[in-house]
Amino acid sequence: MVDYLVPLLLFAACAAALHKKENAYDIMLGGAAEGLHLLRSILPALVLLLTAVSMLRQSGAVEAISRFLSPLFSFWGIPPETAILLLIRPISGSAALAVGADLMAEYGVDSTIGRTVAIMLGSTETTFYTISVYFAAAGIQKTRYCIPAALIADMTGFVLSALTARFLV
Amino acid sequence: MLMSYIFAGMVLLSIIFAVITGQGAALAAAVPQGAQAGITLAISMAGSICLWSGAGRLMEKAGFTDRLAKLLSPLLGRLFPGTKTDKALARDLSGNICANFLGLGNAATPMGIRATQRMIDPQQPTLATDQMCRLIVLNTASIQLIPSTVAALRASMGCPTPFDILPAVWVTSFCSAGLGLLAAYFFGRLAKHG
Repeated sequence: MVDYLVPLLLFAACAAALHKKENAYDIMLGGAAEGLHLLRSILPALVLLLTAVSMLRQSGAVEAISRFLSPLFSFWGIPPETAILLLIRPISGSAALAVGADLMAEYGVDSTIGRTVAIMLGSTETTFYTISVYFAAAGIQKTRYCIPAALIADMTGFVLSALTARFLV
Repeated sequence: MLMSYIFAGMVLLSIIFAVITGQGAALAAAVPQGAQAGITLAISMAGSICLWSGAGRLMEKAGFTDRLAKLLSPLLGRLFPGTKTDKALARDLSGNICANFLGLGNAATPMGIRATQRMIDPQQPTLATDQMCRLIVLNTASIQLIPSTVAALRASMGCPTPFDILPAVWVTSFCSAGLGLLAAYFFGRLAKHG
Protein backbone atom coordinates (compact mmCIF):
# COMPACT_ATOMS: atom_id res chain seq x y z
CA MET A 1 0.00 0.00 0.00
CA VAL A 2 2.57 2.57 1.18
CA ASP A 3 4.81 1.47 -1.70
CA TYR A 4 2.35 2.86 -4.23
CA LEU A 5 1.50 6.02 -2.31
CA VAL A 6 4.51 8.07 -3.43
CA PRO A 7 4.47 7.14 -7.14
CA LEU A 8 0.68 7.60 -7.25
CA LEU A 9 0.96 10.96 -5.53
CA LEU A 10 3.45 12.10 -8.17
CA PHE A 11 1.11 11.01 -10.95
CA ALA A 12 -1.98 12.51 -9.28
CA ALA A 13 -0.25 15.87 -8.95
CA CYS A 14 0.73 15.79 -12.65
CA ALA A 15 -2.75 14.75 -13.72
CA ALA A 16 -4.47 17.39 -11.59
CA ALA A 17 -2.15 20.11 -12.90
CA LEU A 18 -2.68 19.02 -16.52
CA HIS A 19 -6.44 19.00 -15.91
CA LYS A 20 -6.14 22.66 -14.86
CA LYS A 21 -4.13 23.30 -18.06
CA GLU A 22 -0.99 24.03 -16.03
CA ASN A 23 2.44 23.20 -17.42
CA ALA A 24 3.23 20.46 -14.90
CA TYR A 25 6.78 19.79 -16.06
CA ASP A 26 7.83 23.46 -15.97
CA ILE A 27 6.35 23.90 -12.49
CA MET A 28 8.33 20.90 -11.26
CA LEU A 29 11.50 22.23 -12.88
CA GLY A 30 11.05 25.52 -11.04
CA GLY A 31 10.43 23.70 -7.77
CA ALA A 32 13.45 21.45 -8.25
CA ALA A 33 15.63 24.53 -8.84
CA GLU A 34 14.28 25.92 -5.55
CA GLY A 35 15.31 22.66 -3.92
CA LEU A 36 18.84 23.28 -5.11
CA HIS A 37 18.79 26.71 -3.43
CA LEU A 38 17.50 25.12 -0.23
CA LEU A 39 20.30 22.59 -0.39
CA ARG A 40 22.89 25.32 -0.91
CA SER A 41 21.57 27.19 2.11
CA ILE A 42 21.76 24.20 4.48
CA LEU A 43 25.06 22.75 3.14
CA PRO A 44 27.46 25.01 5.12
CA ALA A 45 25.53 24.30 8.33
CA LEU A 46 25.67 20.55 7.65
CA VAL A 47 29.46 20.71 7.21
CA LEU A 48 30.03 22.63 10.47
CA LEU A 49 27.55 20.63 12.51
CA LEU A 50 28.63 17.21 11.27
CA THR A 51 32.19 18.20 12.19
CA ALA A 52 31.07 19.05 15.73
CA VAL A 53 28.86 15.96 16.00
CA SER A 54 31.55 13.55 14.83
CA MET A 55 34.00 15.17 17.30
CA LEU A 56 31.45 14.57 20.07
CA ARG A 57 31.00 10.97 18.91
CA GLN A 58 34.74 10.13 18.62
CA SER A 59 35.65 11.78 21.93
CA GLY A 60 33.24 9.48 23.75
CA ALA A 61 31.04 12.40 24.84
CA VAL A 62 27.93 11.09 23.06
CA GLU A 63 28.23 7.74 24.78
CA ALA A 64 28.79 9.36 28.20
CA ILE A 65 25.77 11.65 27.83
CA SER A 66 23.60 8.73 26.69
CA ARG A 67 24.73 6.64 29.63
CA PHE A 68 24.14 9.50 32.07
CA LEU A 69 20.59 10.11 30.79
CA SER A 70 19.74 6.46 30.21
CA PRO A 71 17.64 5.86 33.38
CA LEU A 72 15.39 8.79 32.46
CA PHE A 73 15.03 7.65 28.86
CA SER A 74 14.45 3.98 29.65
CA PHE A 75 11.58 5.00 31.92
CA TRP A 76 9.79 6.52 28.90
CA GLY A 77 10.78 3.65 26.59
CA ILE A 78 13.05 5.90 24.49
CA PRO A 79 16.44 4.44 23.37
CA PRO A 80 19.06 6.39 25.40
CA GLU A 81 21.28 6.56 22.29
CA THR A 82 18.91 9.20 20.91
CA ALA A 83 19.50 11.54 23.89
CA ILE A 84 21.55 14.06 21.87
CA LEU A 85 18.83 14.25 19.22
CA LEU A 86 16.15 15.07 21.82
CA LEU A 87 18.31 17.82 23.28
CA ILE A 88 19.08 19.50 19.94
CA ARG A 89 15.82 18.90 18.00
CA PRO A 90 13.76 21.81 19.43
CA ILE A 91 16.64 24.28 18.85
CA SER A 92 18.16 23.64 15.41
CA GLY A 93 16.86 21.77 12.40
CA SER A 94 20.21 21.29 10.64
CA ALA A 95 21.92 20.19 13.86
CA ALA A 96 19.13 17.63 14.35
CA LEU A 97 19.69 16.40 10.79
CA ALA A 98 23.44 16.09 11.47
CA VAL A 99 22.84 14.18 14.71
CA GLY A 100 20.25 11.99 12.97
CA ALA A 101 22.70 11.15 10.15
CA ASP A 102 25.39 10.31 12.73
CA LEU A 103 23.04 8.01 14.65
CA MET A 104 21.86 6.24 11.48
CA ALA A 105 25.47 5.70 10.39
CA GLU A 106 26.43 4.40 13.83
CA TYR A 107 23.52 2.01 14.49
CA GLY A 108 22.20 1.27 10.99
CA VAL A 109 19.43 3.04 9.13
CA ASP A 110 17.00 0.12 9.53
CA SER A 111 17.80 -0.73 13.15
CA THR A 112 15.25 0.10 15.84
CA ILE A 113 17.36 3.12 16.80
CA GLY A 114 17.69 4.22 13.15
CA ARG A 115 13.93 4.01 12.61
CA THR A 116 13.17 5.76 15.91
CA VAL A 117 15.50 8.60 14.85
CA ALA A 118 13.77 8.87 11.45
CA ILE A 119 10.28 8.98 12.99
CA MET A 120 11.43 11.56 15.56
CA LEU A 121 12.86 13.79 12.82
CA GLY A 122 9.71 13.41 10.71
CA SER A 123 7.15 14.06 13.42
CA THR A 124 8.69 16.92 15.43
CA GLU A 125 9.80 20.45 14.60
CA THR A 126 12.35 23.02 15.73
CA THR A 127 9.94 24.22 18.41
CA PHE A 128 11.95 27.07 19.95
CA TYR A 129 12.94 28.39 16.54
CA THR A 130 9.33 28.38 15.29
CA ILE A 131 8.06 30.10 18.44
CA SER A 132 10.73 32.79 18.26
CA VAL A 133 10.12 33.50 14.56
CA TYR A 134 6.33 33.76 14.88
CA PHE A 135 6.25 35.72 18.13
CA ALA A 136 9.08 38.07 17.19
CA ALA A 137 7.30 38.94 13.93
CA ALA A 138 4.04 39.61 15.78
CA GLY A 139 5.69 41.52 18.66
CA ILE A 140 4.52 39.07 21.33
CA GLN A 141 6.48 39.26 24.60
CA LYS A 142 4.34 37.31 27.06
CA THR A 143 4.16 33.77 25.65
CA ARG A 144 1.89 32.45 28.47
CA TYR A 145 1.52 28.64 28.24
CA CYS A 146 2.68 28.34 24.63
CA ILE A 147 6.13 26.84 25.33
CA PRO A 148 4.96 24.19 27.84
CA ALA A 149 2.11 23.15 25.51
CA ALA A 150 4.48 22.87 22.52
CA LEU A 151 7.00 20.92 24.60
CA ILE A 152 4.29 18.49 25.74
CA ALA A 153 3.55 17.90 22.05
CA ASP A 154 7.29 17.32 21.42
CA MET A 155 7.61 14.91 24.35
CA THR A 156 4.58 12.97 23.07
CA GLY A 157 6.24 12.85 19.66
CA PHE A 158 9.49 11.45 21.07
CA VAL A 159 7.81 8.79 23.24
CA LEU A 160 5.48 7.71 20.43
CA SER A 161 8.36 7.59 17.90
CA ALA A 162 10.08 4.99 20.03
CA LEU A 163 6.82 3.06 20.32
CA THR A 164 5.77 3.21 16.67
CA ALA A 165 9.30 2.33 15.52
CA ARG A 166 8.84 -1.00 17.25
CA PHE A 167 5.22 -1.76 16.34
CA LEU A 168 4.24 0.17 13.23
CA VAL A 169 7.10 -0.28 10.77
CA MET B 1 24.30 33.99 18.38
CA LEU B 2 22.73 30.91 19.97
CA MET B 3 24.26 28.61 17.38
CA SER B 4 27.74 30.03 18.12
CA TYR B 5 27.41 29.00 21.76
CA ILE B 6 26.06 25.58 20.80
CA PHE B 7 28.91 24.98 18.35
CA ALA B 8 31.59 26.20 20.79
CA GLY B 9 30.01 24.11 23.55
CA MET B 10 30.02 20.96 21.38
CA VAL B 11 33.70 21.41 20.50
CA LEU B 12 34.72 22.15 24.11
CA LEU B 13 32.74 19.16 25.39
CA SER B 14 34.40 16.82 22.89
CA ILE B 15 37.89 18.11 23.85
CA ILE B 16 37.17 17.53 27.56
CA PHE B 17 35.86 14.00 26.94
CA ALA B 18 38.74 13.17 24.58
CA VAL B 19 41.22 14.12 27.34
CA ILE B 20 39.35 11.96 29.89
CA THR B 21 39.01 8.92 27.60
CA GLY B 22 42.43 9.41 25.92
CA GLN B 23 40.86 9.59 22.44
CA GLY B 24 42.93 12.53 21.19
CA ALA B 25 43.92 10.89 17.91
CA ALA B 26 40.31 9.90 17.14
CA LEU B 27 39.17 13.43 17.97
CA ALA B 28 41.65 14.97 15.54
CA ALA B 29 40.66 12.49 12.83
CA ALA B 30 36.99 13.32 13.39
CA VAL B 31 37.45 16.94 12.28
CA PRO B 32 38.09 16.40 8.54
CA GLN B 33 35.94 13.26 8.48
CA GLY B 34 32.96 15.12 9.90
CA ALA B 35 33.36 18.01 7.48
CA GLN B 36 33.50 15.61 4.54
CA ALA B 37 30.50 13.73 5.92
CA GLY B 38 28.56 17.01 5.77
CA ILE B 39 29.25 17.38 2.04
CA THR B 40 28.59 13.70 1.36
CA LEU B 41 25.26 13.90 3.20
CA ALA B 42 24.18 17.07 1.39
CA ILE B 43 25.03 15.61 -2.02
CA SER B 44 23.44 12.24 -1.39
CA MET B 45 20.26 13.99 -0.25
CA ALA B 46 20.26 16.43 -3.18
CA GLY B 47 18.19 14.32 -5.58
CA SER B 48 15.32 13.71 -3.16
CA ILE B 49 15.28 17.30 -1.93
CA CYS B 50 15.07 18.70 -5.47
CA LEU B 51 12.43 16.20 -6.55
CA TRP B 52 10.18 16.84 -3.52
CA SER B 53 10.60 20.54 -3.77
CA GLY B 54 9.36 20.22 -7.35
CA ALA B 55 6.55 17.85 -6.41
CA GLY B 56 5.43 20.12 -3.56
CA ARG B 57 5.30 23.07 -5.93
CA LEU B 58 3.25 21.01 -8.39
CA MET B 59 0.78 19.85 -5.71
CA GLU B 60 0.25 23.47 -4.73
CA LYS B 61 -0.34 24.61 -8.34
CA ALA B 62 -2.53 21.56 -9.06
CA GLY B 63 -4.99 22.82 -6.43
CA PHE B 64 -4.19 20.28 -3.69
CA THR B 65 -3.76 23.05 -1.11
CA ASP B 66 -7.12 24.63 -1.92
CA ARG B 67 -8.95 21.30 -1.78
CA LEU B 68 -7.26 20.44 1.50
CA ALA B 69 -8.20 23.85 2.91
CA LYS B 70 -11.86 23.22 2.07
CA LEU B 71 -11.67 19.80 3.73
CA LEU B 72 -10.15 21.27 6.88
CA SER B 73 -12.34 24.35 7.23
CA PRO B 74 -14.89 22.86 9.72
CA LEU B 75 -12.04 21.76 12.01
CA LEU B 76 -10.24 25.09 11.68
CA GLY B 77 -13.45 26.95 12.53
CA ARG B 78 -13.60 25.11 15.85
CA LEU B 79 -9.93 25.55 16.75
CA PHE B 80 -9.76 29.16 15.58
CA PRO B 81 -13.10 30.93 16.10
CA GLY B 82 -11.57 34.13 14.69
CA THR B 83 -11.63 32.59 11.19
CA LYS B 84 -15.44 32.86 11.10
CA THR B 85 -15.40 36.65 11.03
CA ASP B 86 -11.95 37.31 9.50
CA LYS B 87 -11.68 35.90 5.97
CA ALA B 88 -8.02 36.93 5.54
CA LEU B 89 -7.12 35.12 8.76
CA ALA B 90 -8.96 32.01 7.54
CA ARG B 91 -7.00 32.10 4.28
CA ASP B 92 -3.58 32.54 5.90
CA LEU B 93 -4.28 29.92 8.55
CA SER B 94 -5.45 27.19 6.22
CA GLY B 95 -2.67 28.15 3.79
CA ASN B 96 -0.10 27.73 6.55
CA ILE B 97 -1.42 24.36 7.67
CA CYS B 98 -1.85 23.00 4.14
CA ALA B 99 1.62 24.15 3.04
CA ASN B 100 3.13 22.49 6.11
CA PHE B 101 1.15 19.34 5.34
CA LEU B 102 2.64 19.20 1.84
CA GLY B 103 6.13 19.92 3.19
CA LEU B 104 6.41 23.44 1.75
CA GLY B 105 8.09 25.01 4.77
CA ASN B 106 9.22 28.11 2.88
CA ALA B 107 5.67 28.88 1.78
CA ALA B 108 4.16 28.08 5.18
CA THR B 109 6.17 30.45 7.37
CA PRO B 110 5.10 33.83 5.88
CA MET B 111 1.43 32.78 6.03
CA GLY B 112 1.84 31.61 9.62
CA ILE B 113 3.41 34.94 10.56
CA ARG B 114 0.57 36.89 8.89
CA ALA B 115 -1.99 34.73 10.70
CA THR B 116 -0.23 35.34 14.04
CA GLN B 117 -0.25 39.08 13.42
CA ARG B 118 -4.00 39.01 12.72
CA MET B 119 -4.65 37.17 16.00
CA ILE B 120 -3.16 39.97 18.12
CA ASP B 121 -5.52 41.17 20.84
CA PRO B 122 -5.74 44.97 20.42
CA GLN B 123 -6.24 45.41 24.19
CA GLN B 124 -3.00 43.54 25.01
CA PRO B 125 -0.83 43.54 21.88
CA THR B 126 2.21 41.84 23.49
CA LEU B 127 0.24 38.93 25.00
CA ALA B 128 0.01 35.54 23.27
CA THR B 129 -3.66 34.65 22.68
CA ASP B 130 -5.18 31.18 23.00
CA GLN B 131 -5.50 30.98 19.20
CA MET B 132 -1.79 31.78 18.76
CA CYS B 133 -0.78 29.03 21.16
CA ARG B 134 -2.94 26.55 19.23
CA LEU B 135 -1.35 27.63 15.93
CA ILE B 136 2.15 27.19 17.39
CA VAL B 137 1.28 23.71 18.70
CA LEU B 138 -0.12 22.70 15.28
CA ASN B 139 3.03 24.02 13.56
CA THR B 140 5.53 22.42 15.93
CA ALA B 141 3.77 19.03 15.83
CA SER B 142 4.84 18.91 12.15
CA ILE B 143 1.89 17.10 10.54
CA GLN B 144 3.18 16.12 7.08
CA LEU B 145 1.91 13.95 4.27
CA ILE B 146 5.42 13.14 3.01
CA PRO B 147 8.28 13.85 5.46
CA SER B 148 10.60 14.28 2.48
CA THR B 149 13.78 15.48 4.25
CA VAL B 150 13.81 12.41 6.49
CA ALA B 151 13.04 10.16 3.55
CA ALA B 152 15.97 11.79 1.69
CA LEU B 153 18.23 11.18 4.69
CA ARG B 154 17.20 7.52 4.91
CA ALA B 155 17.65 6.98 1.17
CA SER B 156 21.10 8.60 1.32
CA MET B 157 22.04 6.12 4.06
CA GLY B 158 21.20 3.22 1.74
CA CYS B 159 17.77 2.37 3.11
CA PRO B 160 15.86 0.39 0.43
CA THR B 161 12.42 1.48 1.73
CA PRO B 162 12.81 5.11 2.86
CA PHE B 163 9.03 5.72 2.94
CA ASP B 164 8.02 2.78 5.13
CA ILE B 165 8.08 5.05 8.21
CA LEU B 166 5.14 7.09 6.86
CA PRO B 167 2.33 5.46 8.91
CA ALA B 168 4.44 5.74 12.07
CA VAL B 169 5.18 9.43 11.37
CA TRP B 170 1.49 10.17 10.71
CA VAL B 171 0.30 8.45 13.90
CA THR B 172 3.01 10.10 15.96
CA SER B 173 2.51 13.65 14.71
CA PHE B 174 -1.31 13.43 14.91
CA CYS B 175 -1.14 12.20 18.49
CA SER B 176 1.41 14.81 19.52
CA ALA B 177 -0.67 17.59 17.93
CA GLY B 178 -3.76 16.25 19.72
CA LEU B 179 -2.08 16.05 23.10
CA GLY B 180 -0.44 19.46 22.62
CA LEU B 181 -3.82 21.03 21.80
CA LEU B 182 -5.39 19.29 24.80
CA ALA B 183 -2.62 20.65 27.03
CA ALA B 184 -3.11 24.12 25.53
CA TYR B 185 -6.86 23.88 26.23
CA PHE B 186 -6.33 22.97 29.90
CA PHE B 187 -3.59 25.58 30.40
CA GLY B 188 -5.90 28.17 28.85
CA ARG B 189 -8.78 27.26 31.19
CA LEU B 190 -6.45 27.18 34.18
CA ALA B 191 -5.21 30.68 33.33
CA LYS B 192 -8.78 31.99 33.05
CA HIS B 193 -10.06 30.56 36.32
CA GLY B 194 -6.91 30.47 38.44
